[in-house]
Amino acid sequence: MSGDLFSYVYQFADVFAFLVLSAAGLAIIFGMMGIINMAHGEFIMCGVYVTSATYHMGLPLVLAQACGTAAAGLVGVVLEYLVIRPLYARPLDSLLVTLGVSLIATQGTLVILGSTFPGIGTPLGSFDVGVYTFSTYRMVLFAAAIGVLGFVYVLFMRTGFGVQARATMQNAAMARALGVPTSRIYALSFGIGAALAGLCGALYAPTMNLIPTMGAGFIVEAFVTVVVGGASVLLGTAPAAAVLAIIRSGLNAWYGQVIGQIGLLIAVILIVRVLPSGFSGWLARRSAS
Amino acid sequence: MPMPILEVAGLCARYEATPVLRGVDLVVQKGEIVALIGRNGVGKTTMMRCLIGLLAAESGTIAYQGRDVTRLGADGRARLGIGYIPQGREVFPRMTVEENLRVGEMIGRQRGAVDRSRVFTYFPILEERRRQLAGTLSGGQQQILAIGRALVGNPALILLDEPSEGIQPSIVQMICRVLRAIRDDLGTTILFVEQNLDTILTIAERGYVMEKGRIAAEIPRGDISQSNVRKHLLL
Ligand SMILES: Nc1ncnc2c1ncn2[C@@H]1O[C@H](COP(=O)(O)OP(=O)(O)O)[C@@H](O)[C@H]1O
Ligand SMILES: [Mg+2]
Repeated sequence: MSGDLFSYVYQFADVFAFLVLSAAGLAIIFGMMGIINMAHGEFIMCGVYVTSATYHMGLPLVLAQACGTAAAGLVGVVLEYLVIRPLYARPLDSLLVTLGVSLIATQGTLVILGSTFPGIGTPLGSFDVGVYTFSTYRMVLFAAAIGVLGFVYVLFMRTGFGVQARATMQNAAMARALGVPTSRIYALSFGIGAALAGLCGALYAPTMNLIPTMGAGFIVEAFVTVVVGGASVLLGTAPAAAVLAIIRSGLNAWYGQVIGQIGLLIAVILIVRVLPSGFSGWLARRSAS
Repeated sequence: MPMPILEVAGLCARYEATPVLRGVDLVVQKGEIVALIGRNGVGKTTMMRCLIGLLAAESGTIAYQGRDVTRLGADGRARLGIGYIPQGREVFPRMTVEENLRVGEMIGRQRGAVDRSRVFTYFPILEERRRQLAGTLSGGQQQILAIGRALVGNPALILLDEPSEGIQPSIVQMICRVLRAIRDDLGTTILFVEQNLDTILTIAERGYVMEKGRIAAEIPRGDISQSNVRKHLLL
């Protein structure tokens, strides 16, 4: 394969991975559970900071990343219990409350840990195709994104927990009347969504500068991907991320990052205009007819 | 006298400011098929929601198999063996028929779930349509699924709210036959809300008539007749 062609594939894979990993947790918390989680970026940041902190305490990177993932998941479960629980079916209230959580987390991090935090160098080095050099770790991120999509699919479509969770999200009262412990399902689902956000942070920790406002760098892409994907997380996230990644990486390559970012948002507005219920709504209608 | 499977005393419940149940007393014996009848808006559905635990009782008691379940949540009551089939069926629309049944099955495990294949012999349509999304089924098929979904949990008591509402007569007759068979084969107790005269006459063995949130009359065993029931439905 020529270096130029591989370069496009690589750019696409890089953006695709970023969109999928940023969006996966939010797809569960917002897409399935209906909580407009403005603190999603801070869940990701939690993953980044805990990964970095445990790495600098001497853990191998992979274990540090597991800690970052678990920490965000735990924070999610506790938060669900303390503040999110009354907010199901109250989307606007959920927006305000989670915005508050986000501000507290950002400012709290700034006050307690300061404006910077030691980062981690990107591992695994690089490889060459043609005249270009590529980061091996970016390929790991792409594989991880595919893995996350597979994990979410299997969890929600193939396990008993998944069946109960989907029943709960579709009609919680009816699920409860069939014996489903819906409070536990909500807490677990929220925790899994938060843990996936934490995983995103853990995976990107070695590629980023650690600053308290870094969550903002994820949240736009995460929301955009989930909204374009539509309500069905399992049908929507992957095609949404793929289409947006093609647009974004194409624009990046030809016109640069700024046009890429703007073009992405314009594309989202157009897509949502044409497919108001997102890709999954469109796919569901096609398979129904 | 055997112990009743369900014993309700002085049950009161409200939606915010509106009191709906104002002291309901009712007893159902094990293995009975009992109808709860009454005009629109008297509180029948509210009563069913209260019995399964989706609406909290304000006062009064609900005893199931001799155990006070008034303060127990709906999931707890379902695990004790109360099956609920709501008005309007409420199948999970974006899940397949099979997945809907799976939700119902999970609680039944501890009590020895009814074999899914047994439910398929009662309702072969569920097997034929098992990969179809429940939201794309017809109203009658959704009603059948809602009954099957309760049945796979192996309930000892089924609460069934207006099974014939909006469903074509041939399917209603089939549902009636199956409900009878379920009781005869498995000993399942059935308390059902109904306005359709034929359904009541076909399967009810006894009836309660509800009016303004209270039991206004009881139709004892042997008195379920066209004239008796019609009198109360038109009241
Ligand atoms: N969710 C609700 N909120 C407020 N009022 C309700 C609600 N559901 C029912 N009601 C009222 O409670 C009364 C009884 O309703 P319901 O139990 O559904 O009657 P039925 O099933 O006998 O037709 C009606 O006056 C109805 O308007
Ligand atoms: Mg009703």
